[in-house]
Amino acid sequence: MSEGLALSRAAAARPRSVTSEGRAVRWLLTGIAILFLALFLVLPLLTVFAQALSRGWAAYFEAFHEPDAQAAIRLTLTVAAISVPFNLVFGVAAAWAIAKFEFPGKSVLITLIDLPFSVSPVVSGMIYVLVFGSQGLFGAFFIEHGIQIIFAVPGIVLATIFVTFPFIARELIPLMQEQGTAEEEAALTLGASGWHAFRTVTLPNIRWGLLYSVLLCNARAMGEFGAVSVVSGHIRGLTNTLPLHVEILYNEYNFVGAFAVASLLAGLALVTLVIKSVLEWRYAGDLAAGARH
Amino acid sequence: MLHDFHLDVRAGELLGLLGPSGSGKTTLLRIIAGLDFPDRGRVLFGGDDATGLPVQQRAVGFVFQHYALFKHMSVADNIAYGLNARKRSERPGRAEIRRRVGDLLDLIKLSGFADRYPSQLSGGQRQRIALARALAVEPRVLLLDEPFGALDAQVRKDLRRWLREIHDRTGQTTIFVTHDQDEALELSDRVAVLDKGRLEQVGTPDEVQDRPASATVLKFLGDSIELEALAEGGRVLVDGRPTPVAAPRGVIGPTRLHVRPWQLQFVEPAEAHLTGTVRASHRSQGRQRIEVERPDGRLVVVEDFDGERYAAGRPVGLRINGGYVFAG
Repeated sequence: MSEGLALSRAAAARPRSVTSEGRAVRWLLTGIAILFLALFLVLPLLTVFAQALSRGWAAYFEAFHEPDAQAAIRLTLTVAAISVPFNLVFGVAAAWAIAKFEFPGKSVLITLIDLPFSVSPVVSGMIYVLVFGSQGLFGAFFIEHGIQIIFAVPGIVLATIFVTFPFIARELIPLMQEQGTAEEEAALTLGASGWHAFRTVTLPNIRWGLLYSVLLCNARAMGEFGAVSVVSGHIRGLTNTLPLHVEILYNEYNFVGAFAVASLLAGLALVTLVIKSVLEWRYAGDLAAGARH
Repeated sequence: MLHDFHLDVRAGELLGLLGPSGSGKTTLLRIIAGLDFPDRGRVLFGGDDATGLPVQQRAVGFVFQHYALFKHMSVADNIAYGLNARKRSERPGRAEIRRRVGDLLDLIKLSGFADRYPSQLSGGQRQRIALARALAVEPRVLLLDEPFGALDAQVRKDLRRWLREIHDRTGQTTIFVTHDQDEALELSDRVAVLDKGRLEQVGTPDEVQDRPASATVLKFLGDSIELEALAEGGRVLVDGRPTPVAAPRGVIGPTRLHVRPWQLQFVEPAEAHLTGTVRASHRSQGRQRIEVERPDGRLVVVEDFDGERYAAGRPVGLRINGGYVFAG
């Protein structure tokens, strides 16, 4: 009894868990981490805004008034507006099939969904050039029918869809697997049709995970550079997205313009991060633990 | 995995499907519900063949082991789900749905809980909501999969009694799955004992306890010891002494006698079927269990009223007052 008391006093005096390190080691490790973050993340981010505003607000806003910049913004929004809903539908469908059913080839499908993450963005763009380009597999067919895919908006949309495909499916698969099929089965025994059960049970159960992944998908769709660069053709005012526009301005030594447009993308990233953190903090239980990036 | 068998469930009865885990009882329940499909055989409701009917049209109420309540819906919306899921032409009006939900909440004694969410309820309360949700669609048969499996002992006992009351009041044909003998024997009108995908026996709790159809049923319904015995002249003899157990027809010669702990009685060693020394005894709730070690080292457990205490090391004799012998 007295021994137990003595132990608990000792524990109260030094509330330190066995897995924590000594003071010096803790300061050292924390210091390294903060230095690293400052050097590689915070500083570059600040540079973006500092450069963008280096000639004042007027020059900053001037960069967005330019017709080419406006076209780039419009194109980026258009591409995201097409590819995100597309991946929303296909991501949910793929996750639903994988998480709730057993079928042959399931592991192959999971691997395929991961493919865009592991393939270099240049390759992601090249494959569409090889398939739809004028020398490509179906190139002649589309040219005959007057449809241009490569060096035009359809190609950019295709490449963006390819690159952003895993975001939604990857978040939803572990979430839906964890939730199992019991609630859907309950809905079916109560007389609900498959679609009704999906709408009233499956979808509400994944809503926060879905919002979270749509957000990430959208950020990537707007920010994608490599794959889009290959298929775009860099035609000013026509096939330049925001990231490509930044590159062109930068190569023309228009640093204020380049960084002003870049600050727009950085701002988008920051907003995405804030909403993502809020979602994680507020609905942690409703997000798939394994898939948090 | 289920083997071929035929099981009749009578209208209005409360049938317990009892078996160890892996015996196929949940599979059978899911086949009845239309959640799983048999390779062959048929499911009949009344006279109607339901084998090909999809789960939505079977009109069954299914209560899942872990309740499967809709987390994002209030208790009232959970209970009303089946009614709201109906086609517009068959759906009751809003006021009617609200009235039905209210009635069901009264029935399960959770009247003030309509606006709560499942995460705010205890296990026992969730279980009752799951039952109300299944009853709301007025099912032809109510199916419960291990209904009390995830609850602690006290809540379990209360809910057991309460389910029996609900059944008596509604007369709802009900099948429930359990691996708990006490639960099945206390709750059921009839018990169906399953083992390794085979239907071993169907009968009232008295029938399966008094006349178990096989050693499997006997062993599953409670503790027993197995003794070498001899069947002679219609009687079963142990150690050359006749016991009150009658040998079934066709059983002659060496056989096995199964005896329950309470079918043994302490007697003087001279008139005993079995002898041994007391090794340990435990008392609980007015009864005691005494472990007796036989000369060959095997243990026999005797159950008796809590009265005379038996000290370890004391030599005792045991008389067999009853038991079971199975043909084959």
